Amino acid sequence: MQFGLSESQQMLKDNARKFFAGECPMEEVRRLMETATAYDEPLWKKMAEQGYTGIIFPEEYGGVGLGKVELALLMEEAGRALLPGPFFSTVPFAGAVIDAVASPESKKKYLAPICAGDARSTVAFLEANASWNFVDIHVSAVNATLTGEKLFVPDAAVADFIVVIARNGIFAVASNASGMQITPMLGMDLTRKLYRIEFQNTPAEKIGDVAALAAGFDIATTALVCELVGGMQRTLDITVDYAKMRKQFGKPIGMFQAVQHQCADMYLETESSRSAAYYAAWALEENAPDASVAVSIAKMYASDAARNVGNRGIQVHGGMGFTWENDVHLYYRRAKSSETAFGDSTFHRERIARLVIDADERLAKSA
Amino acid sequence: MDLNLTPEETKFRDELRTWLEANVPKDWGEWREKPLEESFPYLRAWQRKLYEGGWAAVSWPKEYGGRGATLMEQSLFWEEMARVEAPPMANSLGLGLIGPTIIAYGTDEQKKRFIPKILSAEEIWCQGFSEPNAGSDLAALQTEARLDGDHYIVNGQKVWTSYGWIGNWCELVVRTDSNVPKHKGLSVLLIDMKSPGVEVRPLKQMTGESEFNEIFFRDVRVPVANLLGKVNDGWNVAVSTLMYERGSYGARLHLIFKRAITRLIELSRKFQKDGHPAAQDPITRQKLAQCYAEIEIMRWNQLRAFSRVTATGVPGPEGSIQKIFWSELNQRLQQIAQEVFGPYGQLLAGDKDAVDNGIWSYGYLRTRGNTIEAGTSEVQRNIIGHFVLGLPRSY
Repeated sequence: MQFGLSESQQMLKDNARKFFAGECPMEEVRRLMETATAYDEPLWKKMAEQGYTGIIFPEEYGGVGLGKVELALLMEEAGRALLPGPFFSTVPFAGAVIDAVASPESKKKYLAPICAGDARSTVAFLEANASWNFVDIHVSAVNATLTGEKLFVPDAAVADFIVVIARNGIFAVASNASGMQITPMLGMDLTRKLYRIEFQNTPAEKIGDVAALAAGFDIATTALVCELVGGMQRTLDITVDYAKMRKQFGKPIGMFQAVQHQCADMYLETESSRSAAYYAAWALEENAPDASVAVSIAKMYASDAARNVGNRGIQVHGGMGFTWENDVHLYYRRAKSSETAFGDSTFHRERIARLVIDADERLAKSA
Repeated sequence: MDLNLTPEETKFRDELRTWLEANVPKDWGEWREKPLEESFPYLRAWQRKLYEGGWAAVSWPKEYGGRGATLMEQSLFWEEMARVEAPPMANSLGLGLIGPTIIAYGTDEQKKRFIPKILSAEEIWCQGFSEPNAGSDLAALQTEARLDGDHYIVNGQKVWTSYGWIGNWCELVVRTDSNVPKHKGLSVLLIDMKSPGVEVRPLKQMTGESEFNEIFFRDVRVPVANLLGKVNDGWNVAVSTLMYERGSYGARLHLIFKRAITRLIELSRKFQKDGHPAAQDPITRQKLAQCYAEIEIMRWNQLRAFSRVTATGVPGPEGSIQKIFWSELNQRLQQIAQEVFGPYGQLLAGDKDAVDNGIWSYGYLRTRGNTIEAGTSEVQRNIIGHFVLGLPRSY
């Protein structure tokens, strides 16, 4: 049993860190977040050259065929860099959903261009009721057309096609499809833009059934948790550096236990989130019996931890932490957007309760 | 990353499982609730059995009667012991902390003299570290040892000593030089508890029991041959004992916590909240799920820490969060239990309506000690701040 990274996993992580530090430093993040879509084509092409756009997908569709743990490490580094743009929406979200639900023909059509770096995509799930329970989805396809509204869709404006979750199936809608209107929603996270999509008899191609959707969502959720872990680590690093350097009463503030203990708690929550994220990725890779519980545990814990780590990070920075100039708030904004995505901690605690308390009770009754 | 057991680990676990199935006492349930004074011979016999089977100290090197088990195997050992609800071993401090310290620092003679009897539970060990004026600031301890020919003369007082009442031997940290900075004047002595001048008194704790003792030393003569390690190098010896304490503590806790939350979930179907089972109350469900999740995370943190130590040979930064994580989690677990039980939660053993014969009311009180014993949460956070994050020392 070995719960550390293998040599090749460590290398992938180190390379990803170098890549993002070189190609997408904070100045670039700040430049992109001021643009309408936060998308940069040259950066996208470079990520595709690294194989990042096809990282977990089968080689027959042009993917690299690596596992969920490798995806986890890449997402952690992307999160640390606060990578703007549609990478999450396209690869571990739309790509994983397509990979989970679609036929080989549909994968050739939709997954292969993602792997090649030629297409960007996203998934439209939430509706006005903002529920992450599938039973609350109302949009339904009629004669291969969609009518209705989807909200909080990340990066929809730069997607070449949109994967739409409807009551009666998973559909692909081309960006130039008729009757589709995409308008920005002004989310707190400036690096990941959100959109409202209205469909009016919009032509849609069914690519799969909803039955297989959960597998794709588990991967996307875990990938998002890993991003949160990277963001927490960066927030912790910035904060500790500041606590060593900033002096008050003639001493570095990091010498005061009130400050040290804030940092220690940031560390505890970051490391615990990382343990949960890695375990979830491994459990998905191995199809472990507790994989779904593990994904919920990771999302539940990291959703709260990322907010706590951000709160503490800002507090330790004092006035500096409240400025636009300091980077901590950029991670804090991302943490809030990710906290609600795929269900917040309350949602996942209830999911855990259903899987653990209720399932156990059914078991007890049937015995 | 591969969380499946290796063939060697599987072999280790299966061998242990087979042995436990044949040997674990079936009547521990009848003894568990009795005072330790009464059950101690039973625990001693159980350790003796483990010793004869070669399972008393799996982490120790083979030449000292251990199995040279890896951290993962040690973790499997405690999991299997918890799985079959095996009784604890009588000499747990000797096996877990003091034996390894003697192996690391002792002379050949000391090893020959003490190690076999630690393993067989023939001699029980206790640990004389904390003093009334030296808790978190252990190096401020005042118990003094003065050299007199080939003996040290020991005077002072220790407190919070587990197994003091039954201990045959004590690993005692003393001050041998008071003219140097506090960390540099300490030494470790191995003291025969039957020596004239040693007095053990029970220390009644807030739970009402006396798990711990106070020990008084008045002109106690200790042969120089019983010095462990070098004179005035006692801080390093003591810290190494404490490292074993933090390392081995957590490994056995996951399954115990898991069993507790499983039982609590079971009970939450029986206890009512506003006219329906607590298990159906949305807020109770949230709290139970949070607790369940954190118990799982505790295990994953632990496995990462073990892998880190195995790979690098040194305890990694993950290790330092274990103590905070389990102790604070255990307190939250007990609080949630109290919320599920309502007024029944407070009933003590002996009341016919006490939940599980009072183990939960006891647990609620006992877990307050968890964030204090073996290094307070505050000290643990200082350790993370300074040694892990590199912040300047605060004291």
